Amino acid sequence: MTDLLEVEDVHTYIGQHHILQGVSLRIRPDAVTVLLGRNGAGKTTTMRTIMGVLHPRRGAVRFDGRPIHALPPFAVARLGIGYVPEGQGIFATLTVEENLRVATLADSAESRERLRRIVELFPDLDRFRHARAGTLSGGQKQMLSIARAFVNPTRLLLIDEPSKGLAPIVVEHLVEALRAMKRHSTVVLVEQNFAMASALADEYYLIDDGRTVHAGAMAALVADHALKQKYLGL
Amino acid sequence: MSRRAPLLVALVAFLLPLLWIEPRTYLTLTVAGLAMGMLIFLVASGLTLIFGLMDVLNFAHGALFSWGAYAGFTAAVLLNQRWGWAAAPSVAANVLLLIVALAAAAAVTVALGILVERVIVRPVYGQHLFQILITLGATIVLEELIRIVWGPNDQVVPVPATFQGSWDIADIVVLKIPVLAIVLGAAVYGGMLLLLNRTRVGLIVRAGVENNEMVQVMGHNIYRYFTGVFAAGSALAGAGGLMWALFSQSVRPAMGGEQLIFAFIVVIIGGLGSVTGSLVGALLVGLSYNYVAFLVPKAAIGVTMGLMVLILLFRPAGLYGTAR
Repeated sequence: MTDLLEVEDVHTYIGQHHILQGVSLRIRPDAVTVLLGRNGAGKTTTMRTIMGVLHPRRGAVRFDGRPIHALPPFAVARLGIGYVPEGQGIFATLTVEENLRVATLADSAESRERLRRIVELFPDLDRFRHARAGTLSGGQKQMLSIARAFVNPTRLLLIDEPSKGLAPIVVEHLVEALRAMKRHSTVVLVEQNFAMASALADEYYLIDDGRTVHAGAMAALVADHALKQKYLGL
Repeated sequence: MSRRAPLLVALVAFLLPLLWIEPRTYLTLTVAGLAMGMLIFLVASGLTLIFGLMDVLNFAHGALFSWGAYAGFTAAVLLNQRWGWAAAPSVAANVLLLIVALAAAAAVTVALGILVERVIVRPVYGQHLFQILITLGATIVLEELIRIVWGPNDQVVPVPATFQGSWDIADIVVLKIPVLAIVLGAAVYGGMLLLLNRTRVGLIVRAGVENNEMVQVMGHNIYRYFTGVFAAGSALAGAGGLMWALFSQSVRPAMGGEQLIFAFIVVIIGGLGSVTGSLVGALLVGLSYNYVAFLVPKAAIGVTMGLMVLILLFRPAGLYGTAR
């Protein structure tokens, strides 16, 4: 089976700083892959490089076999890649409904069906439809951010630290929702919360100092205390 | 602070001068102030969207104002020479002349605006210093071009007969051109609110003002929207230029530069990216300028600066701005 997304020895700079110094990923379709690593390891930069917000100086990003690392962000998104950034990136002055409308690229039967499905998972989005998104709670903002990425028929969802700053009970709700969503889309997740990562992920990549240093099945990492200790301090 | 606070401040500033100015003079000054405010609003509203959406400091906006004034002036002169539309006592001919002149101003500035955005601004996205330098450079070029085409001197603008003079309502002198400016400004404001709040393009522009990167990763080509906003903002500057030319009955190559300073102050007072903020800010500046010019003529220019300092002390992001 071919990989849906392939990141090959990517080097990305932010200004003068050499942030990614050789990140390689192979994302299998219909699986959840989690990127793990310490703060500042380069996980978010990897996501932003995939999205085309940052362009790598070396290496390649291929989606469905097609090189995408030179494309602008909007063209990457239009290939069917949804992005939930760190810190949610919601439009605070727009209402919940307007946030979802900006996100919907084409109003089709499929997007309406996806919206219905996501509202079923996050009923708050319907209840606060006309509220300004800035007035939502942290958990609701995260739900909105995920919903925005999901309303389009995306084939790949990139989700950056969805549990950050959320109460444990909200995180549980998110885990359930993401479990339901992974049946419809391949997911790449950045997650510091190891419990959440292990509850969702099928595969993992460990990133350290801008390099991928380990990869494998999530179940194997859960059992490998030495590896967890070395790279995650767990 | 509540969202109504800016309006309250505006209202107080609006009524305060009544303590020193007799009511009739006050009303005349108020009409002049509102008109000046609306003209500044035309310039500032385009500037605020350009700045809010793409974080671009466009100092060439003032030159587009001048070009709009000269394009409309030329159309008015030609129509008046050929058919006497300005001098004619016919209201229809006068209004038609105004519409054609506005269309000419808008068309020329839209074309120039697109050129400036594509050629001058696009290579310097995200680099404020370069933006200031190159758009100031563009201003010099555009102004010199005006001197080459139309000459360096002031020229008299033919004002259509219908809009000359004043109405005398219960002993209050109300000039006609300022009223026209107020009506046009109000119409533009209403149109912009409709466009921003009721259309999909407006929705995406509002989202982009808040977080333009997020709009891009959602699959929208922000550059296309930005070219549109830049063109529309330029057209508004051009229309403002023509109205100012009619208001002062003259055109000068450097006329845009002076207005640009007011417009930037208004954008900062109102909050970057907020059209309503621009309107409130522009009216505040227009009114306070006129009141103070009457009471203490020498302090007139200083008062707008003072107003800006005062507002920023209490609201660092401007009246309607959201902290970024």
